[in-house]
Amino acid sequence: MKPAPFAYARPADWPAALALLGSGARPVAGGQSIGPMLNLRMAQPGLVADLRHLPEFGGIAVQGGTCRIGAGTTHAAIEDGAVPGRLGAILAGVARRIAYRPVRNRGTIGGSLAHADPAADWVAVLPAFPGHAVALGPAGERRIPLAGFVTGIFETALRPEEVLRAIELPLLPPETRWGHWKFCRKPGEFSKATACLLAIPGQAPRAVLAALDGPPLPIPDATALLAAPEAEADRLLATLPGLEPWRAALARTALRRAAGMAAAGMPTA
Amino acid sequence: MSPEAIGEGVGASLRRKEDARFLLGRGRYVGDIRAAGMLEVAFLRSPVAHARLLGVQKAEGAESRVFTAADLAGVGTIRAPSALPGFRVSEQPVLATGKLRHVGEPIAACLAPSRAAAEDLAAACILDYEALPVVADMLTARAPGAPLVHEHWPDNAFLETFRDEDLSELDSIAAAKVTRRLRTARQCMVPMEGRGVLAEWDPRLEQLIVTTSTQQPHVIRTGLSEVLGLDEGQIRVVAPDVGGGFGYKGILSPEEVVCCHLAMRLGRPVRWIEDRLEHLSANANCREHHYTVTAWADAGGRLLGVDVDATVDSGAYSLYPFSACLESAQVGSIFPGPYTLPRFRCRTVSACTNKPPILPYRGVARTGVCYALETTLDALARQLGITPAAIRLANLVPPEAMPYRNLVGKVFDSGDYPQALRRALAAIDHDRIAARRAAGECIGFGLAVFCEQGAHGTSVYHGWGIPFVPGYEQATARFTPDGVLEIRTGLQSHGQGMETTFAQVAHEVLGLPTARVRVVHGDTALTPYSTGTWGSRAAVMGGGAVAEACRLLGERALAIGASLLQAEPGAVELSGGAVRRRDGGAAVTLEEIARTWYRRPQNLPRGVDTGGLEVTGGYRPDPDTGTHSYACHAVTLRIDTETGEVVLEDYLIVEDGGVLLNPMIVDGQVLGGLAQGIGTALYEEMPFDEAGQPLAGTLADYLIPGTAELPEVRIDHMETPSPWTRFGQKGLGESGAIGPPAAIVNAINDALAPFGAEVLDLPASPARVLAALEAARAR
Repeated sequence: MKPAPFAYARPADWPAALALLGSGARPVAGGQSIGPMLNLRMAQPGLVADLRHLPEFGGIAVQGGTCRIGAGTTHAAIEDGAVPGRLGAILAGVARRIAYRPVRNRGTIGGSLAHADPAADWVAVLPAFPGHAVALGPAGERRIPLAGFVTGIFETALRPEEVLRAIELPLLPPETRWGHWKFCRKPGEFSKATACLLAIPGQAPRAVLAALDGPPLPIPDATALLAAPEAEADRLLATLPGLEPWRAALARTALRRAAGMAAAGMPTA
Repeated sequence: MSPEAIGEGVGASLRRKEDARFLLGRGRYVGDIRAAGMLEVAFLRSPVAHARLLGVQKAEGAESRVFTAADLAGVGTIRAPSALPGFRVSEQPVLATGKLRHVGEPIAACLAPSRAAAEDLAAACILDYEALPVVADMLTARAPGAPLVHEHWPDNAFLETFRDEDLSELDSIAAAKVTRRLRTARQCMVPMEGRGVLAEWDPRLEQLIVTTSTQQPHVIRTGLSEVLGLDEGQIRVVAPDVGGGFGYKGILSPEEVVCCHLAMRLGRPVRWIEDRLEHLSANANCREHHYTVTAWADAGGRLLGVDVDATVDSGAYSLYPFSACLESAQVGSIFPGPYTLPRFRCRTVSACTNKPPILPYRGVARTGVCYALETTLDALARQLGITPAAIRLANLVPPEAMPYRNLVGKVFDSGDYPQALRRALAAIDHDRIAARRAAGECIGFGLAVFCEQGAHGTSVYHGWGIPFVPGYEQATARFTPDGVLEIRTGLQSHGQGMETTFAQVAHEVLGLPTARVRVVHGDTALTPYSTGTWGSRAAVMGGGAVAEACRLLGERALAIGASLLQAEPGAVELSGGAVRRRDGGAAVTLEEIARTWYRRPQNLPRGVDTGGLEVTGGYRPDPDTGTHSYACHAVTLRIDTETGEVVLEDYLIVEDGGVLLNPMIVDGQVLGGLAQGIGTALYEEMPFDEAGQPLAGTLADYLIPGTAELPEVRIDHMETPSPWTRFGQKGLGESGAIGPPAAIVNAINDALAPFGAEVLDLPASPARVLAALEAARAR
């Protein structure tokens, strides 16, 4: 369990980082997913670009009604309240259930999203938000709706020459309702089913079902799920044949419980 | 007794002497030890479960640093026979020859200055093999036409045992009869520290120095001598700090043999450190049992007979020294449990499969046996409409029958088994359970009662005929010139706290403070022979041996002390670390006596014992058939019937380990075992596919419970002395790992009873609980 030889680069600025990616470097942020993959030799990149020292890699900026979360912001920072208001409370509730604190101290929201493991926490909840992933490429920044960012298992809408620069989310009114439920038996285990439901006043509620055998399933209008969780969960599961029966049972439960929490107006969780 | 009265001796919850180094990170494990010029080894391992090995193309340009079986001239195979009739012994090559018999079997050793570079070499080798059909399941291993793991055997079985008895009439006289088919999962033991070995050849002494993570330094020395063709004097085995054993380090491993051979051949230190991937996917597993149990009872729940058909998946090889039969043959001898079973039929098979070989894990077969028997008892109770407590109380060996010899000849030394059960019942809030159940919660309550034979010795093991038979345990006690007491033991302490408990025993006998006692262990050059630390034997055997060595040393000191006091030996006594006149007059300390022997010999009396202040004492209980500690585990849990998740709410253990040398350390043993037992019950499973591929490669897939998954635990001690041991102590190091699967699944099945559902296979994962509910719905 030692990695195959690789070269290591630490770009000092974003143009240098993009140049490295252009030459085929594998980007690394907190290293909590890529680290074990390197050790198991499941990933054998020739060159690794360590993004952690880039200016403004992490950090939160609020402008107008939008919160821009630097891709390198750690789960721990979000858990500890770096994001303001109702949005921050919701994200903190997600962050604190990611693995163990040592993992959260290093792991980043952008690294996790770009890695696109179907069972990962941010992959499972961010598609519910009416926000964008900000991709930085040679031609500058481009915004990708979060609901369409993760396209497959370990696959995203990022182009090879792009890096995930930030995540932009709208600040949320205090009355926003939220439900989030995932099934894993111990911290650090991969989730076997995750669902969330976000109801912003004045907008159609949005939901996501994730930790499936494929990419997350965004539900752009979850009005029916919020109103009749049982029937709608059953209907949605019927569209997902091929899941093992117990995984399907968990997915159904995840949808019902996330919707139930949102309906009950649970403040964070 | 009050803590003051106990002081530092037997029964004191003394803080562990070794904790300072462990808590401050000063422990030293094989992985911390580097030798000048050392080479690291990575093993090229079999990617398939069964194949004919046609050739290995060594990494190009590095052929001199890659070694295959063909390069190991003079190295034998590892053989772990048993004298049990019909046992077939395997020849385990240290590097594969001819055939590959399980995924992960070592094929070539690749050496480099760093492990990463060694792994690069392993990755650059090319294997040529021809895949063969795989024996992946123990139950079909002996089917007609099954491929053979060892081709010169008639079928895939190491051993079959029978205990026959005609039970056919029971159907007509029993009030209840149940049959259950039950399965326990294949597990990995997952000690915090994996295996590791550093081998060095000392050309001056012409001696191999093997620093290895083992529970049995002396047995490893014997095994290495046999396989390498060296005499035992040419081998010194050192076990430094060892980060958990649990049975996983009671083995002579192929990796140890290969490292030793290469260190001798190359004249350079050679080290291998097992990583987690190797542990999970390549090396020895444990626990995989299948049972078909039929039990009959009368209307009062009194057992009339039990019929057992047990299969153990022993994997591809018989491991040294415990062999491939210990587990399955033990099933036949311990299945009657703590009960007065009148009739018993049992057939066992140790199946040989294309999986890693198994080792006895904490609890050995007892965990599976307890699971099979106790869940069957609950099924009987449900059928009879009586409580789980009632059926047990109808069958437990009563205290007035002690010592009790059961129908297979096991002798229980002492105890009040029914009282353990009653104390557990009394500590549970049954009304609250009933109220919550009435309110619609899915709540269950479960029990398990079992006993644990520990420290069984010569009279038990000579019949197994495995590579060693434990005899008299020895310890050496000696004073240094300044009066520090050194205790030398061939046992190895890897979490048992022996550096503390043996100091307490020495204090009990000689009275000197435990701070003045040092326990030396884990080095064949410094300690008397011992078969090592296994089988819950150290407290009984080591405790007895240390006490005897100290007693003999005390007699020598007494004679010198009497002379210094100018008194007759009969007029003095040893107490409080000094020799004193019985009339309350003068005293001379053990320090002074030690100084006299070593540095002021002119003051010694004529006729002094010239053996001086160093003496080896030996000990074996009589009878040596083993102590029987026992326990009742009681658990309350709730089930989320939508997810299948089981949440343990209350866990109570009533335990009788006889006289406890150090109750705090005993609690630690019980809690650590409990965590492993909960793992067996709910989490741990190494699945294999039909091709014999292990499917969990990391601890994200192979789940072990962490602190957050453990319930609050209450431990209630009974202390019925064993009549056979030095202080009345009993072995109980494995106890905590035995009861949980039975108690927890009984509680799960209690909770699921209203649904008509029942879990039969371990672990009781959410998927299995949901499947049981689904199956009940479908009926």
